[in-house]
Amino acid sequence: MKSRFGWLLASCVLSIVLAACAKQESGQQEQSTKATSTLSGKITIDGSSTVLPISEALAEEFRAQHRNVEITVGKSGTGGGFKKFANGEIDITGASRPIREEEDALCKKNGVEYIEIPIAYDAMAVVVNPQNTWCDHLTVQELKKIWEPAAQGKVKSWAQVRPGFPDEPLVLFGAGTDSGTFDYFTAAIVGEEKASRGDYTASEDDDILVQGVSRTKGALGYFGLAYYENNQDKLKLVGIDNGKGPVKPSRETVLNGTYQPLARPLFLYVNVKALERPEVAEFIKFALANAGKLSDEVGYIGLPEQVYELVAHRVERRIKGSAFGAHGSQVGVKLEDLYKIEEASEKSAQ
Amino acid sequence: MIQVVSTPQWRAREYRREQIFQLVGALIVLFALTTLVVLLTKILLDGFARLNPEFFTSFPSRRASQAGILPALVGSAYLLLLTAAIAIPIGVGAAIYLEEFARRNWFTRLVEINITNLAGVPSVIYGLLGLQVFVRTLMMDRSLLAGACTMALLALPVIITAAREGLRTVPKSLRDGSLALGATQWQTVRYTVLPVAMPSILTGVILSLSRVVGETAPLLVIGAVVYIGTLPDSLFSAFTVLPVQIYNWTTRPQHAFQENAAAGIIVLLALLLTMNALAIYLRNRYQKRLPI
Repeated sequence: MKSRFGWLLASCVLSIVLAACAKQESGQQEQSTKATSTLSGKITIDGSSTVLPISEALAEEFRAQHRNVEITVGKSGTGGGFKKFANGEIDITGASRPIREEEDALCKKNGVEYIEIPIAYDAMAVVVNPQNTWCDHLTVQELKKIWEPAAQGKVKSWAQVRPGFPDEPLVLFGAGTDSGTFDYFTAAIVGEEKASRGDYTASEDDDILVQGVSRTKGALGYFGLAYYENNQDKLKLVGIDNGKGPVKPSRETVLNGTYQPLARPLFLYVNVKALERPEVAEFIKFALANAGKLSDEVGYIGLPEQVYELVAHRVERRIKGSAFGAHGSQVGVKLEDLYKIEEASEKSAQ
Repeated sequence: MIQVVSTPQWRAREYRREQIFQLVGALIVLFALTTLVVLLTKILLDGFARLNPEFFTSFPSRRASQAGILPALVGSAYLLLLTAAIAIPIGVGAAIYLEEFARRNWFTRLVEINITNLAGVPSVIYGLLGLQVFVRTLMMDRSLLAGACTMALLALPVIITAAREGLRTVPKSLRDGSLALGATQWQTVRYTVLPVAMPSILTGVILSLSRVVGETAPLLVIGAVVYIGTLPDSLFSAFTVLPVQIYNWTTRPQHAFQENAAAGIIVLLALLLTMNALAIYLRNRYQKRLPI
C-alpha cells in the first residue's frame, strides 16, 4: 500500500522536476541565441480577432530582433479588448473599428490615456456562387434591400433584388453577430450598427460561409477579402456600386478610396503610460515601420506610407484620443485626409 | 402487454421484432462510427504531413509552415500538473469527508445537491467566475495560476462525485472489520477504504483532467493568450494551451493554417487517448492486486 502511494507520489514529483528541467533548458537556449538588443520587459496586446494576425506577425518579427522582450497577444474581440484596455490591464489593444464614446468615457474615468494608431485596411468581399451568371455587381441600395431587418422572410428570391434577375431562391451567408465584421457591414450597408435580418446562416467561422456559398447556386455571402483570395476557385466576387459604377475590392481600389463602403481601417490603441516604457515605444516604432509589409503578407492591405508617417508624428507628439471623435464605426473615411486635417489643425494651434 | 403463453406465432413475431431492433441498432452504430471515421480520416489526411519534429519545437508564426505548438504543449502540460495539484487533494479530501466522516443532515445534503448541479454548469461560466475572482480580485493576472485555479474549480465536481462513487463501492464489512480490530476511523480510511476505492477514484480524476486538457472556453475568458514568444517560467506567466492554439489556427483564412490546426488536433487527440488509456490501465492494474 505504502509503496503504491509512494509510486504515485514519485511519479508526480518526477514529472514536475522534469518539467522544471525542460524549462531551464529552454531558458538557457534563449540566452545563447540572445541578439544584440539590450531591450527587455513585457508587452501585453489583446483585442480584435481581425487585427490578431497583424499583431502576431509584428510580435514575431519584433522578437526576432529583441529576444528579451516578452510579448503576449490575446484574442478578446474589439469590445472585450477595449474593456481590458480601459481597465489598464493591457498595453495595446487591436480594434477593427474606432473606439466608441462609452469606451472612451471608461478610459477617462480610469485615467487611461491612449493614442490611436491605424495599422491597415481590411476590405469585405461580397460573393456569390460561380454558377451565378446573372449578377456581377450590386448597388449599396440593393444590398440594403437584401440585408435590412425588414427583408426578413420577405426578400427570398433574386427576382426581388433587381428586375431581370431570375426567380432563383436567395440563400444568405454572413458574419456572426459578435464580430466586428458584422458591426461594420450592417453600419455600412443598412445604415445602423447591428441592424440585420436574422434568417441567414451566421457563423464566426468564415470557412463555413465559404463552403455554404460554394455549394448553393443562389447563395450570397460576405466576409473578409482574405477569405475570398484564398478560395477564388470556389467563389465569384461581386462588384459594389456606390453611385459611381461597380468596383471590385483589390489593393488599388481600397487604397484609392473607390471601394466603398466595404473597406475599413484597423487600429492599434496604445496606452500613453505604457508608451513611456522603452520596449513599448520601440514596438510601436517597429509597428509603424513594418505594418505595411506584414499586413499584406497576412491578407490585409497596408496603408499608404504617408499615413504611417503622419501617425508616427502623432505618436511622437503624443496626440491623444481618437481622430474619429470616439463615435464607433464610420463609413467611407479616408485616413490620410483625416490625419492630415488633424495635423494641420495641430500646427495652427501651436 | 406481456404474454406468458408462448405460441409458435408469437415466438416468430418476437423474433422478427428482435431482428428489426438489431438492424436499427447496428445502423445507428454504423452511422456514428462512419461519422467518426470520416472526421478522423480528414484530420489525419490534413494534418499528418505537418507532424514533424519542428512542429513540436517551434513557436507560433504568421508563416504557417514555420509555426509550431511548443508554447501550447508546454502550457497544456503545466496547466494539467497545476490543476491536478490543486484539484486532487481538495476533491478527494472533500469526497472522503462527505462519504466517511460527515453526518447526514441538511447541510451535507445541500452541499451534495450543489456539487451535482455544479457538474452541469457550462464551462464558460467557470471562466467568468475565474476572471472576476482569480484574475481581478485576487490579482493573479492572466497567469498560469489563475488558469489552473479556474480549471480546478471546473474539475472539482466531477472528481468529488467520482471519488464518492468509488468510496461507496467499498463494502461496509471491510470498514467494520477494520474498526473492530481497533483501528481509528482515519486509519480505516487510510489503510482499508482508500486503497480499495483507489482505482475508481483515479479513473474519475484522470477523466476529469482529460476534460480540462480539452477545454477552451473558460481559458479564453480568463485571458489565455493566442500568441506567446516565450515559455511560461513561473506561476504568474502568461500562457496558452493546445485547444486555444488550434482554435486560433482554424479561424485563419489560409489553408496552410487549417493543416496546422489539423496537426494540432492530432496531438491533442493523442494526448487525450493516452490519458484515457492510462485511466483504464491504472484501474485494471489496481483492481487485480486487491484482496477482494
